[in-house]
Amino acid sequence: MIRVISAELRKLRRPTLFLGTLGSVVGVTVLVTSLLYLLIDRPGGNAERGTFISREILSAANGLTIGFSASAGLLGIVALCVFAAQTAQEYTYGTLRNLLVRQPSRMKILIGKLISMSIFQLAIVLVSGAVSIVVSFALAPHAKVSTDLWSSSAAVSAIVHTTINVFISAIAYGLFGMALGLLLRSPISSISIGVLWLLIVEGILGTVWSTANKWLPGSQFSNVAQGGSAEISYSYSVAATTVYLVIISIAAASLFKKRDVSN
Amino acid sequence: MSNERSLAIAVDDLSKKYGDQVALSHATFHVPLGTICGFVGPNGSGKTTTIRMLLGLISSSGGTAKILGESIAHPEKYLPRVGAMIEGPAFYPALTGKENLNVLATLGGYPLDRVDQLLHKVGLGDRGDSKYKTYSLGMKQRLGIAAALLPNPQLLILDEPTNGLDPAGIHEIRELLRSLAQDGITVFVSSHLLSEIEMISEYLVMLRDGKVIFFGKTTDLLERQRPTLVVKPEKEDDLERLRQLSEKLGHRATVSNGQLHIDAEGNWSAPFNRAAFESGITLSSIAVELPTLEETFFEMTSNQSGGQQ
Repeated sequence: MIRVISAELRKLRRPTLFLGTLGSVVGVTVLVTSLLYLLIDRPGGNAERGTFISREILSAANGLTIGFSASAGLLGIVALCVFAAQTAQEYTYGTLRNLLVRQPSRMKILIGKLISMSIFQLAIVLVSGAVSIVVSFALAPHAKVSTDLWSSSAAVSAIVHTTINVFISAIAYGLFGMALGLLLRSPISSISIGVLWLLIVEGILGTVWSTANKWLPGSQFSNVAQGGSAEISYSYSVAATTVYLVIISIAAASLFKKRDVSN
Repeated sequence: MSNERSLAIAVDDLSKKYGDQVALSHATFHVPLGTICGFVGPNGSGKTTTIRMLLGLISSSGGTAKILGESIAHPEKYLPRVGAMIEGPAFYPALTGKENLNVLATLGGYPLDRVDQLLHKVGLGDRGDSKYKTYSLGMKQRLGIAAALLPNPQLLILDEPTNGLDPAGIHEIRELLRSLAQDGITVFVSSHLLSEIEMISEYLVMLRDGKVIFFGKTTDLLERQRPTLVVKPEKEDDLERLRQLSEKLGHRATVSNGQLHIDAEGNWSAPFNRAAFESGITLSSIAVELPTLEETFFEMTSNQSGGQQ
């Protein structure tokens, strides 16, 4: 298993992939976090879909992590793209047959891939969290947001919890992408269908049918990253996400284990 | 048949179906250890399907096979001793040749310094740090062969290894395969270049429409084919008279390229020479020619009643 993880990390650490992904994540994290502070007095709101996050909320102990958790949706999409592309490309390049000749245990290949991509995603999440915190500290004085509580133990606890939640959410998105990659065997198809579902289809379903948000997978993954919401509790979203992940994992593993490698 | 322990590949009654379509039907063949065995057949005859089953990439629909004495139901028992290039080279375009081999070496648990040795062995020593996507087809083939050699295999399975190589590259690969066989490695190689297969293969497995139509020594196959007596008269004007003489003596003959090709065994050359002399025709040359593998291949793969071993 260690050999599979090491081999997969060799692919993931190539500069164009790792630094490119990191660069885009840093850029969007800076943008999302900055807007919280720069637009704080705008009547149109300073957060997603015109919502307003006040100085009081931002200056709370967990206010420091709001920018980070607001970037979680992007981190999830990044995870979906990376997991889907890294899985499906083995079919399009025909490299899966090389991997299976050198490591015939398909489950070891699959689990090794999952662990290595999770390590990659953890690095991305940690960098995004660090960047968001730095930007928050830098912009808070200009936005007249108090940072007194941001150095408390409660703030540290909030950072840890948010990081864990964002990471779980990202892995859920990633597993969703990995399953699509295995099913469709094409990076372009799996990424486009995954992004289309999460950003467009779920958005439309959630708008026209409000109760849909209680069972749509993307909605649950996102709610885990936010630590729960007024409408859907954190524990409900964690449970729903777990159910989705178990179903996705079993389906993907069965498909990968049994299907002939004919390309 | 050979003792099982002396076989690198033992395929018995192996079949593969995709729905109603039969890709391989009750194939049986054996490949002795330490030989170079050619695997030939027209496109779609089931060669790649067979190779994929032998490597555990696709499941069989029936029958059994053993690689290095282990059942193909347990590829983990023999694949560490097998090197393979299936249906052409396949690597990550954004990684260099060396990085691609490093990925496979890490996965297989082989020392990374072996990568440099192999890159030099296949003539890519100075291009190992170039991205795979910049490689020519010939370079990609060489990298594929280097990857197949990573485990220092007892059995090397290569699918069209000379595809895209220039004549010098083909010669190098031929010599490489010969040297590997001399080191005791069994080489199972499919190729559409039948002249190449004929030059290097001691054994041959021939497929047609998913069925094995011959397996055994290459020389046995060629000797089983009828030889041709090629006769050249001193005067080209005598060709037609010679043809009539041959037919009169009971041997079918055809004229082509200023020569007469007679369906006859080699021991008929002296009687025919005598008959020609008595008819006032002087022969400038007379020779016995065995059909090439290519001629035999076309005859067997186009003949529905081709002989099975």
